[in-house]
Amino acid sequence: MNKKDVIDLKGEGWLYSKIVEDHFFAPRNVMRDGINHKEFNAYGEVGALACGDIMKIWLKIENDKIIDFKWKTFGCASAIASTSILSEMTTGMMIGDAYNITANDIIEALGGLPKRKIHCSILGDQGLRAAIDDYRKSKSN
Amino acid sequence: MKRIYLDYASTTPVDKRVFEAMKPYFSDDFENASALYSGAQKTKQAIEKSRNSIAKFLNCSADEVVFTSGGTESDNMAIFGCLKKFKKGHIITSVIEHPAVLEPIKELEKQGFDVSYLKPDKSGIISVKQVKDALQCDTLLVSIMYANNEIGTIQPIAEIAKVIERERKNRKLKIKNEKLKIIVPIIFHTDACQAAGYLDMNVVDLGIDLLTFNGSKIYAPKGIGVLYIRQGIKIAPMILGGSQEMDLRAGTENVPSIVGLGKAVSIISENDAKKEQKLRDYLIKHLLKFKNVKLNGSTNRLPNNINISVGGVEGESVVLYLDRKGVEIATGSACSSKSLEPSRVITSIADDETAHSSLRITLGRFTTRAELDIFLKEFKDSVEKLREMSAV
Repeated sequence: MNKKDVIDLKGEGWLYSKIVEDHFFAPRNVMRDGINHKEFNAYGEVGALACGDIMKIWLKIENDKIIDFKWKTFGCASAIASTSILSEMTTGMMIGDAYNITANDIIEALGGLPKRKIHCSILGDQGLRAAIDDYRKSKSN
Repeated sequence: MKRIYLDYASTTPVDKRVFEAMKPYFSDDFENASALYSGAQKTKQAIEKSRNSIAKFLNCSADEVVFTSGGTESDNMAIFGCLKKFKKGHIITSVIEHPAVLEPIKELEKQGFDVSYLKPDKSGIISVKQVKDALQCDTLLVSIMYANNEIGTIQPIAEIAKVIERERKNRKLKIKNEKLKIIVPIIFHTDACQAAGYLDMNVVDLGIDLLTFNGSKIYAPKGIGVLYIRQGIKIAPMILGGSQEMDLRAGTENVPSIVGLGKAVSIISENDAKKEQKLRDYLIKHLLKFKNVKLNGSTNRLPNNINISVGGVEGESVVLYLDRKGVEIATGSACSSKSLEPSRVITSIADDETAHSSLRITLGRFTTRAELDIFLKEFKDSVEKLREMSAV
């Protein structure tokens, strides 16, 4: 039997950690209607609708520092929570450091993810790097 | 928080009338039906009374009813049991079958059987012609579900049975004409777990050889099922041991559940089905008013089934948002499955995106209009919130 499929009986009673639950139901830094996209100078998009996950990330970067991070995600609870916590982790961070954030860093910050959901968090760090690449490219042009 | 349960296709609660009928058989009338003393005879009678009730429900004789541990066991027993004496041959089934049918058939495929997997049309129906065209001279088994568990679509079982009966006659004629010694049998099995509470279960009308149904979908307990085996159909037992169930299924009988199942089939009512259909149609009407919501499957579906895709949101997210409000529904999204594959049923009639956004809402005997109104309000709220953060 796959051990991950055996729920521990400590009374947690939910699929995901408390941190995932918090970010999923009260997501931070969503790119809501009415926010002007033009205020952001970097954009990254990863995933595909057919695969069930799409992530869009907008960054406002000043002097190589992320000062604002907004996002939109189509996906399950872990995909949404991954993007939400990533936005908190990286706001205020230098892009060089943000670029090195790994899926594991995101999973750790979320208090763990069910094994089969790990690919959702991988999407987050990829999306962030895509946005930083976009910024670096536009700067070099 | 009061829960609103809208996942009756997954399992039903045990009806209180069923529970009452079962109660004496736990601690009072508990004797082993195989024993000789009168207490045991009482248990034996309870089992046979239930078997008769089920025989009446299926319009068959009592000795054609075998109790099993549930739908999965009945499906396994039907498939492995009727093909045990064969090393190879051809099987026809559909891609929208329940795993309890598909997995045993895949296992036989590995062992050398040849399998045709029929694909439904866009509305989720397998046609009689498809079955007819797939028939081969060595087809031994056809297994097509009566109604689908995800989209509720109803398959033309009685018509397929006629095609199979014709094939059977042709084979007999051929034997006679060509003076061959061996007749290749052809057996028609249907998984009727979803259909049992709603559709005609008369096995004579259906013309079926083997039929599976279980308790957990019709307000009886989980862990009890039936395999109807038409007289003359040879099935090898899968579980060996004592001589219970006419030597076809060993093991001390699960008397309370057997009694419960007998009661459950006796209280199935057309009025419940009509009431559910009315509520279901009310809910569909209101769901389709939402922007970018579409119905998956055909109008020829079970009276309690709704399957929709909600553009821009992923199924698991909606299910979990609704769960937080006490509403329980299902999804065919990949994220909700252990395999991370989207629903085979939805992807067989539409694209992956439709499957990722699919929601199954199934009503039941205890569903009320007031519950549906609360559901609609919470559904609107959840979808709006998720759409606002959606990247689609």
